[in-house]
Amino acid sequence: MIRVLTVAAYATLLLSVLACVAPTVLTRSSYQQQDRENTNAAPSARFPLGTDDLGRDRFTRLVYGARTSLLLACAAALLSTGIATLVGGIAGWIGGGVERTVLWGIDLFISLPWLFLLLSVRALLPFDVSPGSSLAITFLLLGLLGWASPARIVRARVRSFVTSDFVLQARACGSSGIRLFVRQVLPNMRPVLMAQFFVSLPLFVLSEANLGVLGLGVAEPLPSLGSLLRELQQYSVLNSRPWAVLPAVVLTCVVASLYTLVSRSEARQ
Amino acid sequence: MKSIHRVCTCQALFLLGVFAQSSGELRFCLRSDPRTFDPQLVDDESSEVVRYLTAGVLIRLNRSTQQLEPALAASWRVSEKGRQIDFKLRPNLRFSDGTPLTADDVAWTIHRILSPALHSPVGDAFRSGPGDVETHVSAPDALTVRFPAPVSALALQFDQMAIECRHAAKGQPPVAGPFAVAEYKGGNYVLLKRNEHYWKRAADGHTLPYAATVRLDIQQNRDLEALWFRRGQIHFIGKLDPELYDVLSRESPASVHDSGPSLDWLQLWFNQVPSAPIPAPRKAWFASNAFRRAISFAINREDICRVVYHGHAKPAAGPVSPSNKLWFNAALKPDSHSPAHALELLASEGFRKRGDTLFDPAGTAVEFSIVTNSGNRIHERMLTMIQQDLAVIGIRVRIVTLDFPSLIERITKTFDYDACLLPISGGLDPSDQMNLWLSSGAQHEWYPQEPRPATAWEAEVDGLMRVQASQTEDKARKVAWDRVQQIVHDRVPSVFLVNPDAMCAVSPKLRNATPALVWPQVFWNDDQLAVSP
Repeated sequence: MIRVLTVAAYATLLLSVLACVAPTVLTRSSYQQQDRENTNAAPSARFPLGTDDLGRDRFTRLVYGARTSLLLACAAALLSTGIATLVGGIAGWIGGGVERTVLWGIDLFISLPWLFLLLSVRALLPFDVSPGSSLAITFLLLGLLGWASPARIVRARVRSFVTSDFVLQARACGSSGIRLFVRQVLPNMRPVLMAQFFVSLPLFVLSEANLGVLGLGVAEPLPSLGSLLRELQQYSVLNSRPWAVLPAVVLTCVVASLYTLVSRSEARQ
Repeated sequence: MKSIHRVCTCQALFLLGVFAQSSGELRFCLRSDPRTFDPQLVDDESSEVVRYLTAGVLIRLNRSTQQLEPALAASWRVSEKGRQIDFKLRPNLRFSDGTPLTADDVAWTIHRILSPALHSPVGDAFRSGPGDVETHVSAPDALTVRFPAPVSALALQFDQMAIECRHAAKGQPPVAGPFAVAEYKGGNYVLLKRNEHYWKRAADGHTLPYAATVRLDIQQNRDLEALWFRRGQIHFIGKLDPELYDVLSRESPASVHDSGPSLDWLQLWFNQVPSAPIPAPRKAWFASNAFRRAISFAINREDICRVVYHGHAKPAAGPVSPSNKLWFNAALKPDSHSPAHALELLASEGFRKRGDTLFDPAGTAVEFSIVTNSGNRIHERMLTMIQQDLAVIGIRVRIVTLDFPSLIERITKTFDYDACLLPISGGLDPSDQMNLWLSSGAQHEWYPQEPRPATAWEAEVDGLMRVQASQTEDKARKVAWDRVQQIVHDRVPSVFLVNPDAMCAVSPKLRNATPALVWPQVFWNDDQLAVSP
């Protein structure tokens, strides 16, 4: 069973990478071409997943949407996990006044009304920004704003390592400071950091969809998993076009596949 | 024995009918809390709903026939070319607390709404010129009101004016409409109860209104509103979007109503403010009549109606809906989709298409952004279609969605935008659009509050709008208003896109409902609506 899951995870990720690197291999039509005589069409040989409400090929939009979201959500998750590691690691490792100050800063950061900041950012952005740049700015913001909660977890984990046997042993052998943190603590943080990374991936994809409501997401006609998922806000879609749920399935499969492979890799080690 | 049983059954059915007719709670949703319960300060839709249900007015516009009908006033007469109006009130009028309603109350209300300190939006419609309004009460039921200058559509303006009691104590004042506010729980509901002293009677002599109470549930979420309607918890939904209309029409075809093109329209306009912080080439394009007309020809309105509105909209030709039979200029036709004609017009101005890109005479590639409010799927879909239509003639369009406050800031203060797509609400009378077409108007979208008319045709429109406002004869006003419609159709300051249909859903339990085009679509005959048990 584990073997089957692993093969499935590899296959899913391979397809995802192919979608990210060479979407044209998987698709035949343009993601923005509207066939207005064939709106909301059911799956067919021409349109494997049917068409959307403007007559655009759902399959092509799913491939390009997955490419957009997965690439940028991964980048944002890396950024936020990196900042969380740095801030949480410093607080947990040094402790004392620094830890209290950082924790206070994290609490303050979490309590700030970021929605209004994002609205202001959108209002200040010039209109001449290309859809690609607008997308990059969106995910950069998500990455910069998403580090606070993981940083708390990282701090707690690092704190538990400070008095652990293997750290005491390393200190006894003469290791200290940054070297001790990098060589001994950081490798043991890997499962926590991986978990944080995977948890934030779908969160960022969905956050992008929510930002779209504020006008800060991916601009039409460029698709993203988030914008494709917005269609599911109307419950009637599930009855009339159940295949529209596929972007949610793809997102779940990609995250589950990543998690499966990392878990296997951890187990082997 | 059998006959006694029959008689008893008939009596029971009769009593049940009477009870059903004269009781029951009418329920529907407000999208937000009412900002005010003062009928003269209303400037939001929720407050307007409460005002409509509670206000006693002198003259009421019948939303179905689009004709004025006597309400508190038994009769009226407009004279001196719209400067004077004489009212004769109905006998024995009373407010909801039993206080008699007299001409003195009407005079007091008129002076109140025109008080500069009150800043009443209702009063704005009556401010025709400098000078005071004079009221003369000749009898408890007779009154003359004289304005310093002619007021356009004078009688119609009284449809908005709730008559107030001049002796009202502080707190919830008595009203003369069919219902009075009984309870308000912020964020939750507004409860109205029947006005026991309401003046109107049904044709059979029955007291009105039929409904004992009206409960207005405050609910922003449209999905929840639809769910409550399906469950029978509310009796109607006033504004349906095309998707919900289709869903409900599949589930219960009898409950949905499409009254045809509404008085509203969607339009796209270009920023023509000379001081706007946009590149100079774009200012030149947007100022070009041929450029704007070419955009109009390049957009496929029929496709927008079919794809975005699922057939529940009509291509728009101007600022008056074809449903507005009195004022619509029937000679106007919407610009038909013709990319070839659009390119001809652009070529006449020196634009050239090379490959997939259109270049202006200076060699600059033609591209601009169109902004609309975020979170509105209909607007976003329309823009996506317009984006593809304009790509055919080589114009690259970027779609920008903004939250509403930021959007308003851009289009009214900073003018930092290229083009904008938004809906406009049109009233029945041309005077309702004064602010939109006068070059000095705040809602003169493409260049608000011009210091002086920027072009000769705008000066002509200013003159025509003033002419129609100063006339009392509909025929003369129609001539001026038809010409305005023709000018804005030809000059395209705004690209008129579509008139969406007025659609609503009404529960079979709600009797006497006859949805109309004009707001309030479903409950315009609020005193006649009855709820079956």
